[in-house]
Amino acid sequence: MRTMPLSDGRLSAQSKPERGARKTMRILALALASLLLIAGGAALAAGSEAGFRAAYAAAEAANQEAGRLRDQWTTTVTALAEARKSADSGDFDHATALAKQAEALAKASIFQAESEKEAWKNSEIH
Amino acid sequence: MRSMIHFAAAALAVLALLSVLPAVADDAVDPVADASAFQSYFTRKFPHVKLEDFVNGPYSMNEDMRRQWQEIEQFPPYEFALEAGKEMFAKPFRNGKTYADCFPNQGIGIRQNYPIFDEKQGKVVTLELALNQCRLANGEAPLSYVKDEMAALTAYMAYTSRGKPFDIKIPGDPRALAAYQDGKRYFYTRRGQLNFSCASCHVQTAGERIRAEVLAPALGILNAMPIYRSEWSGMGTISRRFITCNSQTRGVPLDAQDDEYRDLEYYLSYLGNGLPISGPGARP
Amino acid sequence: MASTIRVRAASSGETTEVQALIQHPMDSGYVKDAQGAIIPPHFIQQLTFEHDDKTVFVANWGPAVAKDPYVKFSFKGGKKGDDLKISWVDNKGDTDTTTAKIQ
Repeated sequence: MRTMPLSDGRLSAQSKPERGARKTMRILALALASLLLIAGGAALAAGSEAGFRAAYAAAEAANQEAGRLRDQWTTTVTALAEARKSADSGDFDHATALAKQAEALAKASIFQAESEKEAWKNSEIH
Repeated sequence: MRSMIHFAAAALAVLALLSVLPAVADDAVDPVADASAFQSYFTRKFPHVKLEDFVNGPYSMNEDMRRQWQEIEQFPPYEFALEAGKEMFAKPFRNGKTYADCFPNQGIGIRQNYPIFDEKQGKVVTLELALNQCRLANGEAPLSYVKDEMAALTAYMAYTSRGKPFDIKIPGDPRALAAYQDGKRYFYTRRGQLNFSCASCHVQTAGERIRAEVLAPALGILNAMPIYRSEWSGMGTISRRFITCNSQTRGVPLDAQDDEYRDLEYYLSYLGNGLPISGPGARP
Repeated sequence: MASTIRVRAASSGETTEVQALIQHPMDSGYVKDAQGAIIPPHFIQQLTFEHDDKTVFVANWGPAVAKDPYVKFSFKGGKKGDDLKISWVDNKGDTDTTTAKIQ
């Protein structure tokens, strides 16, 4: 191994061809890493958009069922609108959370409509 | 032998008893009994309120509000709508006919009969629906159900019936009874995120406060419609009130004059039978 | 077009009680319409009641007074059969005036 003086006074213990190979390796490693990061990030983003779509569809379906039962809540409608707005601005995590909230509200309204089918009779004046 | 006679006598007694028990079906609908029970509930809860005074809603529940209302009634805020309604009612359609041609007695002094169960249409027809059906039949565009012209027209028609007792009929048609029962079901069903039914406020909490308002009793609650509401700075119809009540409980309102709303109006109006029409009214 | 002013004036003894209901949108200028645009201000600025060529009541109003305002007041003097003149002017310069007989 030949030593070579570097500009800052240190002695390099690497040979030119070996240093070149390591440099290439480093560049390749960096390139691979960033490629993986980008791919991973894209996968994450794609996953969260897909996640939002699924959550929103579920919430909408539940709200439509509530509509068939003639008992939709205004807060469900608001949550759905806010989820959509959040998704449009690209914040899929927040949008998914809102969509899940909308689904919960819609399901609660369905529960209310179903149980009130009989429960109303308890309030009737006789 | 004696035990057999005893047994036979016992069996006969049981049979006799069973035959005199009323045949009560689980879903037997008895509007007459309902109305009687409804009235008793309120007259017992508010023994100092005269029966006909229930139509004055919160003013029958609170003395201070009554005094303010009596002052307002000297110069009622619905006066402009009333005058406009009278003019509108008399104005002919483009084809020369008028509203008078669509209603019995020229449309004067008949408000207390609405809603009616129209056996030909197979559904409840409210006054608001009848007015728009009249317009459509004469080539005119329908009016919005919630305010302005519809409120002015129904204000005028109510005014011509002032003092006359509600006289809602439920014909023998089973569909009419079903509509009545549907209205009753709607009235007592909790809805919206706040989980209120009409009864939550107007039966269980009648006379008490919700925020700054005093709640009107359900008995006679439609007798004063349409109303000028200070909160609205204007007139509103029965349709408007049903819609806003729904959204106030965080329930998405139905469309004006949807089945449930017409059935609800039918039910509530029937329970107001015998109480005088006081419309148009003024409310906070 | 019909007058925007409805008035009732009744005299008893030395005082006359006056009530008036005026039809006017009284838009404050702070309210938005369904499309989000401000509804421009349109309100009565001055309301005047005159009896016997004297001003017995004047109201200087602004955006805080609501739609279709109602006014009630009493003044010393006035007798049955007298004229009471009412007039208003709003921020757009529109006016209306009417004369009523004291009862």
